[in-house]
Amino acid sequence: MSKSINIITSTVVPVNIENIDTDQIIPARFLKATSREGFGKNLFRDWRYEDDDESKLKKDFPLNDKRYNGKILVGAKNFGCGSSREHAAWSIKDYGFDVVVSSFFADIFKNNALNNFLLPVVVSDDFLQKIFATVDTDNQTEIEVNLPEQTISILSTGEHENFDINNYKKTCLLNGYDDIDYLLSMREEIEQFETASN
Amino acid sequence: MGKTLFEKIWEKHIIKSIEGGPSVLYVDKHFIHEVTSPQAFKGLEQRGLKVFRPQQVVATVDHNVPTINQHLPIKEELSRIQVQTLKENCEKFGIELYGLGHPYQGIVHIIGPELGVTQPGMTIVCGDSHTSTHGAFATIAFGIGTSEVEMVLATQCLMQSKPKLMRINVEGTLNRGVVSKDIILYIISKISASGATGYAVEYAGSAIKNLSMEARMTVCNMSIEMGARCGIIAPDETTFSYIKGRKFAPTNEDWNKALEYWETLFSDDDAKFDAELNIKAEEIEPMITYGTNPGMGIGISGYVPSLNDVDTKDKPSYEKSLHYMGIEPGASMKGKKVDYVFIGSCTNARIEDLRMVASFIKGKHKANDVEVWVVPGSKQVEKQAIEEGINKIFEDAGFLLRQPGCSACLGMNEDKIPAGKYCISTSNRNFEGRQGLNARTFLASPLTAAAAAITGEVSDVREMMNEN
Repeated sequence: MSKSINIITSTVVPVNIENIDTDQIIPARFLKATSREGFGKNLFRDWRYEDDDESKLKKDFPLNDKRYNGKILVGAKNFGCGSSREHAAWSIKDYGFDVVVSSFFADIFKNNALNNFLLPVVVSDDFLQKIFATVDTDNQTEIEVNLPEQTISILSTGEHENFDINNYKKTCLLNGYDDIDYLLSMREEIEQFETASN
Repeated sequence: MGKTLFEKIWEKHIIKSIEGGPSVLYVDKHFIHEVTSPQAFKGLEQRGLKVFRPQQVVATVDHNVPTINQHLPIKEELSRIQVQTLKENCEKFGIELYGLGHPYQGIVHIIGPELGVTQPGMTIVCGDSHTSTHGAFATIAFGIGTSEVEMVLATQCLMQSKPKLMRINVEGTLNRGVVSKDIILYIISKISASGATGYAVEYAGSAIKNLSMEARMTVCNMSIEMGARCGIIAPDETTFSYIKGRKFAPTNEDWNKALEYWETLFSDDDAKFDAELNIKAEEIEPMITYGTNPGMGIGISGYVPSLNDVDTKDKPSYEKSLHYMGIEPGASMKGKKVDYVFIGSCTNARIEDLRMVASFIKGKHKANDVEVWVVPGSKQVEKQAIEEGINKIFEDAGFLLRQPGCSACLGMNEDKIPAGKYCISTSNRNFEGRQGLNARTFLASPLTAAAAAITGEVSDVREMMNEN
């Protein structure tokens, strides 16, 4: 897993479907592993293959469409809703994406993504439609996601937008820090809190 | 200014707030199960860490377990390994496990309240989105990912941003045949599957107050289905008398002390919410979903929205959903044939749910071509059902009473709905493939599911109640 994110410039894979739940991202039958690796091959499994058969590709699904590739996945609103399974973030990251763009993310998915150095970028509905439209016309369109500047730009048209991320998380992502490192550094304060509460 | 119930509990658990960032939130209870914990334990081992507060962690197995012949080894290898891994991790790290065969085993969100582990004022997390269930006891309870499970195991804390606050007031009296599942399906149908994202939702109003604890849990359970971080309900006599006497409930002086604190847990009159929604209980009909997210629901006498009712931008997703379901826009759901009936899950597998179904079907028999599974939420629920003789009613009606687990809620264990088949289900998600590859789900209350079991099609339970 690549730790730390800075500027990512890439073509995109557009999945213009609303309410993509984590059961679609990685179906429950693939959650039986006891390690974090190897989930990418089953990303969007049931939208990629007919009847769970890898020889029967659903050709119209963007992950199966050779025109689309890159490190940026773009989904429609309410991306990652449903189950808390972190396997969804693992599978997207393992497949090769570093960024997911949507107009709206479900809370748990967003946290899971951030904890795996997969950057969720929230854009306006208008900007999201612009990305879909531009990619539809030119699948080689590159998008630049600039974390230090907190901007996302469509390079061919120059259109851009700012995105929000809290400073703490930004610092973590830029430097490859985990929440757990921070929490472990607080053990003494945690113990004091426990004593005071009892 | 006054405080909300949520804020009172939140503030008491914040160890530190980072400027422009999240807060360090202390977690009182941590539930774990076999699916979302193995990688967290592995992470601890890689860092050479112990579990910080093993006595605040409760473990059980539910997602992967078969619901027949639980005394035999689990047939599927990967499921067996996952269940075994949890057992080994619990032994290694000193965590209490209610494993298969244990009298307390069951779905994690059923056993917590049932054992009295869940108590007002607590913060509770679990690597499972339906942790919101515990909010029925005035707790801040929410689902987390596996990295966060690891953080809580290591430090008993999480980094969390305070959510916005929404109050949903349900006032009035529920109509006959309408139960708590219908309340929550109605709310989600009104505000959509993302309508409460970013919020903690407090449920209030006379219709909520009049619900039993088990019915309140059903409401809070599905908070996540509209995106809410958690659901919460102020405690009252109903709450206290439910908890009293349970295995891990406080006793004697401790009980009095606890009660004194619990009675302070309510939203002050002048507390401020970021959003508020008012619903009249009388408006709510028995609900049924027709699509592939829980917001796609209608009253049983209503019609599936026609294409003209849907925003142009939303049409492709809407059509994709109805195509998957094999449902026509503008159709009535009544009379739609069902193949399977699933009564179970952390939403509706408590003893009251089973009693409700049993009292409705007594003297009736399931339709010939329908398969009906009743899956109790825990060993204790199963035992109680047998003691009350409810199992006989199920047997006489042709309903199969299975053993406790998540079962057909999520297509992970042996209990799956076959491709293309329709299942009316008391569970919480109608996503594509949720109950099995290409299976189609109608979400409903236990009563509406039982009605369909008898007729073999989606039915208005109110019409069948009038027969009696």
